[in-house]
Amino acid sequence: MSETKFHKILIFINSLIPLAMLLWDAYFGKLGANPVEFFLRSTGVLTLSFLLITLAVTPLRKLFGWNWLIKVRRMLGLYAFFYGCVHLITYSIFDKGFDWVVIFYDVWSRPFIAVGMSALALMIPLAVTSTNAMIKRMGGKRWQKLHRLSYVIAILGVIHYYLIQKSDITYPVLFGIVLAVLLGYRIYNRYKPKSPSLVSS
Amino acid sequence: MASFRIEYQVMSDPGKIKSSEITDEETYLNRRTFIRRAGLLAGTAAVTGLGYRFLNPPPPSEVDTAEIAKVVREAQSKLSDDLTPLTDIANYNNYYEFSTSKTAVAEKAENFVTKPWTVSVDGLVEKPTVFDVEDLFKIEQEERIYRFRCVEGWSMVIPWVGFPLSKLIEKVDPKSKARYVAFQTFYDGENPTGKDVRFPKEPSGMQSTFFAGIPLPYVEALRIDEAMHPLTILATGIYGKRLPNQNGAPIRLVVPWKYGFKSIKSIVRITLTDKEPPTTWNIQAPNEYGFYSNVNPEVDHPRWSQATELRIGELIRRKTQKFNGYSEQVAKLYSGMDLRENF
Repeated sequence: MSETKFHKILIFINSLIPLAMLLWDAYFGKLGANPVEFFLRSTGVLTLSFLLITLAVTPLRKLFGWNWLIKVRRMLGLYAFFYGCVHLITYSIFDKGFDWVVIFYDVWSRPFIAVGMSALALMIPLAVTSTNAMIKRMGGKRWQKLHRLSYVIAILGVIHYYLIQKSDITYPVLFGIVLAVLLGYRIYNRYKPKSPSLVSS
Repeated sequence: MASFRIEYQVMSDPGKIKSSEITDEETYLNRRTFIRRAGLLAGTAAVTGLGYRFLNPPPPSEVDTAEIAKVVREAQSKLSDDLTPLTDIANYNNYYEFSTSKTAVAEKAENFVTKPWTVSVDGLVEKPTVFDVEDLFKIEQEERIYRFRCVEGWSMVIPWVGFPLSKLIEKVDPKSKARYVAFQTFYDGENPTGKDVRFPKEPSGMQSTFFAGIPLPYVEALRIDEAMHPLTILATGIYGKRLPNQNGAPIRLVVPWKYGFKSIKSIVRITLTDKEPPTTWNIQAPNEYGFYSNVNPEVDHPRWSQATELRIGELIRRKTQKFNGYSEQVAKLYSGMDLRENF
């Protein structure tokens, strides 16, 4: 087994652990008084976490030379999409009883739902174009351009999280700060004076 | 002796080992790789699992308070709804003084000392009085099984123990000018020594306004006719036991036809006034939380629907009832009022 394949398995399994533990706790009735809310919150935060982890790949590579990370970046992004879908399905079934009218009304009338839905919708083209074949078909440059949408998605994700809070905004602000650092790093990199470097973007 | 000799031979003459017994290099390296990878996999999985547990711990579930000696119970409950289990009632709390996480309040409120405790009743009354809560415990303790609907869209069915608020108000002889009743929760979160002047005891564990995100101390209020309504009670217990700290020990308000945040916890002061008193959530977000805050499925919260609610213990949301199902008893209090305007 090649090192790359091993890294993929490593990330694959680790990324599934939170879901496995959530399902385990759910099965044994250990999600507290409001299991649906707990599950919904947890999958939402996991989606945002995977988005930020995905965006952390480039800075980590450049700062520490962990180039193997690039091979698992698409998988991390797909996990963000996966947890986002679980989040949406939980909301649709348990919170809205799969009632499309109610869901459409919710999207229409509640900014935080609209923002969350947009973020997830924007992830669809990225997930669809995540295969090697698609990268080849689109060409690396165009593919990269499209996948810069992930910046917008992460910003929408943080806004979505911020809007649902009643008063305590600690966690949304924390996520926001991490996101600002990750995006700030890219801006800094783009405009800093060029110096000879072995690592290309 | 023989074995010694063999070992000696092995050490001095490795060439004597049959080539078939030597692990070939590829297998040797593979084994090393395998062990390293298995270790990495197990190690990272353990770190991920423990990290996840630490960052997103499952909610706790224990309750331990004193039994209330004499509780007057209804012969038969008027509510057909199933009671919400005590562990859920006691581990899913909005009590921002302790934590903004509903599942963390129970633990944060663990060391909150509620004995001794006094409730001062003042304002537009003939006989302003500071009551020892132990004396309020001596008022006939009735069980009242009420639906409880939170503004966030969840609900419970709770067997409270307590007495009508009117019994307390009558004791202080309200003046005729009194039109509103204001309530205040104990608060020492901004006090670095944690010692309240009137309650010199251990710090409660309450946090500052900065972390709670709402102005504190928490204040609430009712119109005098709402306060005197027979459904409005001061609760001192649930399930026949004294209130757990996280549920508002030692004494709290319960107004079953209003959103839960009106039912203020851990009361230290009750003041009768002639002007509409400020209320915490209304100060925080006036367009989201009105003074009345009667449960009303027809008037949505600006950010979410109030048409349905999740009954704790169920998985599918149920329809919310107007006045939380107490229309028959309380709708007349609001006749002629625009409930959309006075939300």
